[in-house]
Amino acid sequence: MPVISLSPPRAKVGNAQVTRVSADQISVRQHAAASIAVVGNPNSGKSTLFNRLTGLRQKTGNYPGVTVEKHVGTVRFDNAAFELIDLPGMFALSAHSLEERIACDVVMGRIPGMERPAGILAVVDTTHLYQGLYLVQQLMELELPLLVALTMTDAADSSGIRIDIEALERRLGGVKVCPVVATTGQGMAALRAAIATLPDAPKPALPTFWEELSAASEELVPDLPATVPRVEIERALIDLDSEIATEVSNYLGDDGAQRLAAIRQRVFGSEPPLATEARHRYGWVREVLKEVQHSAPTMTTWSSRLAAFMNRPLPGTVGLFVVMAIVFQAVFAWATPMMDAIESGAAMLGTLLVTNLPDGAVSSFLADGVVAGVGSVIVFLPQIIILFLFIILLEDSGYLARAAYLMDRAMRSVGLSGQSIIPMVSSFACAVPGIMATRVIPDRRDRIATILAAPFMTCSARLPVYALLIAAFVPAQSVGWFNLQGIVLFGLYMLGIVAGLLTALLLKKTALHGPKPMFVLMLPEFRLPNLQTVLMQLLGRALIFLKRAGTVIFAVAVVVWALAYYPRSDVIAADLDQQQSLAAANLSGEALDQALSRFENEAAAAQLEQSWLGRAGKVVEPAFKPLGWDWKVSAAVIAGFPAREVVIAVLGTVYAVGGAADESTLAARLQAATWPDGRAVYTLPMVIGLLIFYACCLQCAATLAVIRRETNSWQWPLFAWAYMTTLGYVGALLVYQLGTN
Amino acid sequence: MTLASLERGRKYVIQNVNSADPDIQRLMVLGLVEGAEVELASAAIGGDPLEFRMFGNSISLRREHARHFAVTTAGEGG
Repeated sequence: MPVISLSPPRAKVGNAQVTRVSADQISVRQHAAASIAVVGNPNSGKSTLFNRLTGLRQKTGNYPGVTVEKHVGTVRFDNAAFELIDLPGMFALSAHSLEERIACDVVMGRIPGMERPAGILAVVDTTHLYQGLYLVQQLMELELPLLVALTMTDAADSSGIRIDIEALERRLGGVKVCPVVATTGQGMAALRAAIATLPDAPKPALPTFWEELSAASEELVPDLPATVPRVEIERALIDLDSEIATEVSNYLGDDGAQRLAAIRQRVFGSEPPLATEARHRYGWVREVLKEVQHSAPTMTTWSSRLAAFMNRPLPGTVGLFVVMAIVFQAVFAWATPMMDAIESGAAMLGTLLVTNLPDGAVSSFLADGVVAGVGSVIVFLPQIIILFLFIILLEDSGYLARAAYLMDRAMRSVGLSGQSIIPMVSSFACAVPGIMATRVIPDRRDRIATILAAPFMTCSARLPVYALLIAAFVPAQSVGWFNLQGIVLFGLYMLGIVAGLLTALLLKKTALHGPKPMFVLMLPEFRLPNLQTVLMQLLGRALIFLKRAGTVIFAVAVVVWALAYYPRSDVIAADLDQQQSLAAANLSGEALDQALSRFENEAAAAQLEQSWLGRAGKVVEPAFKPLGWDWKVSAAVIAGFPAREVVIAVLGTVYAVGGAADESTLAARLQAATWPDGRAVYTLPMVIGLLIFYACCLQCAATLAVIRRETNSWQWPLFAWAYMTTLGYVGALLVYQLGTN
Repeated sequence: MTLASLERGRKYVIQNVNSADPDIQRLMVLGLVEGAEVELASAAIGGDPLEFRMFGNSISLRREHARHFAVTTAGEGG
C-alpha cells in the first residue's frame, strides 16, 4: 500500500508556517477582514466588477508555488471591511487548467495558509446564464453564504432578454440576486449593501436535482471527519483520480477505494461520472432558464453585426492581419520617440555625473553602471506598456479569442494551437511580455513550446544591431522594386519566424511529445473595453515587469560595467594625462577639443582592451575565429549576452569612438577595421554570419529571467540559452566558412 | 448526423454524446449535453475549428471533437 499522509486536509492551514508568525502579525490577523471570494466564468465581467468594488485598494501577488496571479482588494463599509479575492475565471468545480484548480482550492479552503472564504460573490453574465447557472448551482453546494451579481444587464436588455429576478432567487434556494451594470455603476449600491451583510446571510438551501448523488454523499458522512464538507465528498465521487478522491478514500480506511468504486458503480453505472454530472446539472439549468428567462426577439446590435461580419472567412482573415499590422506599427512608431527620450535622458544624466564628479570608479559606476543600468530597464517600459495596452484592449473587447480561433488551423501545423498566436506576435516587440502572455495557453506542453519559440521572433532590441550592420555592410542597391537592405532585414525577420516555429515543432515531436491537447474556446461577444479595468491591468503588468525583470536587468548591467571597467591601468591613465597636457600646450580651439576627445576615446579603448571583458574577448577569440570574429567582436558579443542592445555601446568603446557615438561614425570605423595582417574584419560573409548569430542567440537576461519565472524551473531557461547559442554559432560558422572559401 | 456536419442557419438539438473521452466530458461541462440547442455560426481559416452558438454562448471546437456529438434538427423527435 502506498504511504500517504493521513493528516486531515484542514491541518494544512495550521502548518509550521503559522507557528513562525510574529506577534504583531497575529494581531493583524485577528483584526483582518473576513474574505469573500469573487467567482465567475471567464469574461463574465468579474474583474470589472472587482475593480468597481475595490478601486485602488488592491494587491497583486502569486499563489504559493505557482505562477497564478492572486488579486486581493478591500471593500469598506461604515462599520466593516472585507477582503475581496478575485479568483481566476472558472466554469465548474471540476478543474481543467491550473488557474481553475487554484480557484477551486480557494473556495473549498484547500490553499495552505488561506482561510476558507466567509462568503462567495458569484458573478454571472446575464447574456450567458446557461453556463453561469451551472457554476452557481455547484457553488450552492459549498454551504457558504452566497450572493449572485447579474452583470451585463444592459446588454441583456438590448438583446431583448428579460430575467425574472424573484423567480431566480426562489430557484436558487433564497440566494440574493443583484442585477448590476458594472461599467456605469447602476445597481452597485444595492450590491454593496448585500456584500456588507453577506457573511451573516443564511446558507443557501441545497438544490434538489439529483437524489442519488445526495444520498450517496449522505451515506459516507458518518465515516468521515466533520472537517470534510459535503461538496468534497461529492467531488471525490465524481472526479476520479483527483487529490480530493485520494484524501476521502484514505479517510475511509483500507477499503476506501473499493467503497468509492462501488458507490460510483451504483450511481453512475458505466457512464463517466463527470458526463453524468453535466447531464443532470444542465437539465436543472434548462428548467430554471425556462422559468426565469423570457426572451423577446433578438435585436441587431453593433456587436452581433460585427461578429457576423468577422465570421465570414475573408473579412475575418483580412481583419486579423490588419489588427496585427496596427499593433505592430504602433509598438514601433509610438514607442520609439519615448525610448529615444529615455536613452538620451540617461545619456545626459550620465554626462552630467561624469563632468561634475571627480574622475574615477565612483563617477564611472554611477554614470555607466547605475544610470545606464536603470536606463536599460525603463527603456523597455514604453514598448511593454503600449503592447500590453493593445493586448488588454484586444482581450477585453473579445477579439483575442477570435484571433486564436481563426489561426488555430495554421498553428496546428507546427504542433501548437491558436492560443499561441498572440504570445508569438507580441514577441516581435519584446519577448518578455510575449512570454508573459503565454499564460492564456492551458496546456503545459504547448505553453513551454511557445515560450521557447517566442525569443526567436525579431524583438526591438535586435533592431539597432541589424540597422547598424546592414547600413554599414549591405549595399543599398535596388533589386527590382525592393532595396537589398530591406530584403536582408525582411530575411532576418523570416529567419526568426521559421527558426521559432521549427523549434516549437521539434520540441512537440520530442521532449514535449504527448497527447494532443484539447482545443475549446469560448468566443465572447465584441464589446467596448472598460477604461478603469484596462488601466488597472496595465499598471499591474508594468509593475510586474519592473519588479521581476527590472532587478535582473539592472544587476546584469552593473556586472557588465564592472567587467569592462576593472582592472584599471595606471600606465594608460598616465599616458592620457601626458598626451592631453602636451596637446593643451601646442593646440587651441577646435583642434584642441578634437585632440582631447580623440585621446580620451583611445585611452578608453586601451583600458577596455586590458579589462576583464577585453581579456575575455581575447581568451575566447580562438573559439570565434572560425566565424571570422576578432577579439573586439568577441568582447562585444560577450558583453551583449545579458542584453543584446549593449553591443552597440561596447563596439563604440572598443573602436575608440566613445560609447554614445552616432552610428555613422561607428559604421565607418567598422568598415576600416582589419586583422593584424591587413585583411578586413567585416567581410560580407562575416557580417551575414554575425546577423544570423544575433537572429538566433538568446542574448537577453530579462528573457531568461521571465522564462525561469513562467516555467518555474531553471531547466528551460538554460536549455533555451544553450540551444539558441549553439544554433547561432553553427549558423554563423556555416555562412562564414561557405562564403569565404 | 454530428456537430461536424451542420448547415448554417438551422437549429439542431444534441441527441447523444459519446462521452468516453475526457476531452468530450470537458465539453459537456461547458454545456454541450443531450438536449442542448445548437447552431453553426462560422468556420475558421481553413474550415476548422468550428464556432457554435448555444443558449447565447459562442463556443468553438475542432471537427475531431465535434464528431462525438450526434444531433437532430430541432423539432424532429426532440
